[in-house]
Amino acid sequence: MTDQPLTDLLRNRFAAGILVVENTSDMTTVTVSKEIIHDVIMYLHESPETGFGFLTTLCGIHYPDQPLPFGVIYHLHNMEKNIRIRVKTFLPADNLHIPTVTDLFSGANWMERETYDFYGILFDGHPNLIRILNVEYLDYFPMRKEYPLEDPTREDKDNRFFGR
Amino acid sequence: MNGSGEKTYTTINLGPTHPATHGVFQNILKLDGEEIISAEQTIGYIHRAFEKIAEHRPYYQITTLTDRMNYCSAPINNLGYLMAVEKLLGIKTPKRVDYMRIILMELARITDHLICNSVIGVDSGALTGFVYVFQERELVYEIYEEVSGARLTTNMGRIGGFERDFTPAAISKIRLFLSRLPKVLKEFEKLLMRNRIFMDRTIGVGGISAERALNYGFTGPNLRAAGVDFDVRAMNPYSSYDDFDFEIPLGTQGDTYDRFCVRQEEVWQSLKLVRNALDNLPEGNFFADVPQYYLPKKEDVYSKMEALIWHFKIVMGEIEVPKGEIYHSVEGANGELGFYIVSEGGRMPYRLHFRRPCFIYYQALPEMITGGVLSDAILTMSSMNVIAGELDG
Repeated sequence: MTDQPLTDLLRNRFAAGILVVENTSDMTTVTVSKEIIHDVIMYLHESPETGFGFLTTLCGIHYPDQPLPFGVIYHLHNMEKNIRIRVKTFLPADNLHIPTVTDLFSGANWMERETYDFYGILFDGHPNLIRILNVEYLDYFPMRKEYPLEDPTREDKDNRFFGR
Repeated sequence: MNGSGEKTYTTINLGPTHPATHGVFQNILKLDGEEIISAEQTIGYIHRAFEKIAEHRPYYQITTLTDRMNYCSAPINNLGYLMAVEKLLGIKTPKRVDYMRIILMELARITDHLICNSVIGVDSGALTGFVYVFQERELVYEIYEEVSGARLTTNMGRIGGFERDFTPAAISKIRLFLSRLPKVLKEFEKLLMRNRIFMDRTIGVGGISAERALNYGFTGPNLRAAGVDFDVRAMNPYSSYDDFDFEIPLGTQGDTYDRFCVRQEEVWQSLKLVRNALDNLPEGNFFADVPQYYLPKKEDVYSKMEALIWHFKIVMGEIEVPKGEIYHSVEGANGELGFYIVSEGGRMPYRLHFRRPCFIYYQALPEMITGGVLSDAILTMSSMNVIAGELDG
């Protein structure tokens, strides 16, 4: 399901910054380059033509085998017209900086902290980018794919007692 | 004031184990006398890494995780998640399944709202109502028990439908609940709704404007109390909600009293929905015809070759879920409960993100309580219905 007028609007405005428009079954999905992510979200949020006034979720994703392994995924909702859109952007492993959207949505604050906590993505301009769910002295980002489900640094659990 | 005439503030910890927080989370409050100058929340005390665990589990085993998010209304979490998986797989469920789901989800909404509203009563000093409605909540837990075998963390439903049909006992229990609750609810409302003390304690307390609420990502009763008529059941009907008529109650001020009244009216609407769905419960199968995803009945596994093969294939992980991504949301008791699934093939999700409404709206608490007094902050917190399990995920 792609929303043709909407993707046309985005393409006209951001041209080459819109990398991929995907035809996903539930809503329009656009992948944009990291440089313009804030502009795209701001445009979607503030322009009367788009009117995506509501940030539904913001989350991270990790594809270790891709050249740009870390992704940030935004789901926005236009409640008046009941249209949803998914915006993705991908970051290289050596530069995990991305502009914050807390200036547009107060609700993005904790969502970005959670994404930082899980994936280590650094949201520039965030008022308080510290861990939120994990303990502050955790020295890795647990949702990255290289970390197994169980903490390998644990010494208090003897695998023999768990049938392994 | 200390001896030097300089103004000093008191910093207190509300939580993580304070009885008034109704869950494990901490609020560090800076007080000037009784007035709150600033507040900061610390959460994560019961973080169980559900999103990480979900990446290592086959789809049909994830309902045990979703149970434990909003444990006051576990069936909504379970069935919402299953609907997301079904949407990913393109499974169309029979009408009977949809109606059964509506019945269970609305019962869950009723219990959740009853707990929240009666706890607002408790925090303003009225314990009686709380104990009174808990008797009725018990009836719902008996229904869950009859339907799924469990009470709190129900692990209800399967991909494609239910593990078993409603038994006659389940139906009579639902009828009993439907006949008993209205009287109790009326009495409960008489206790609080026009009670002078309760109204003085709640009107104008912890208000938030519609604009700020939207900006904060509020959904559910908290958003509707601020006057925004957003309800996922009406906006993106799932599970045949569009077959039913129900009203979406709205508030105007977004304060504690409005949240209370919106929840109270939603309970009435949910009762109506349960009654309608039960009266019109269609005949038919209680599961979709998708043997490659729906776990077959145990007695069939023991006696029929085909069921045994499917059971083996599902359990041993020979059935792959196609690549794709899906966002599906349901109207949870606290708001839009969303499931974002990314599948890269395989039997486990590549990424599963839960949109937990509590987590998103709880960040507005400092804005809502600053400038008020401590006792009002407690009421604001309980009227937002923050469930620690959902908060921490």
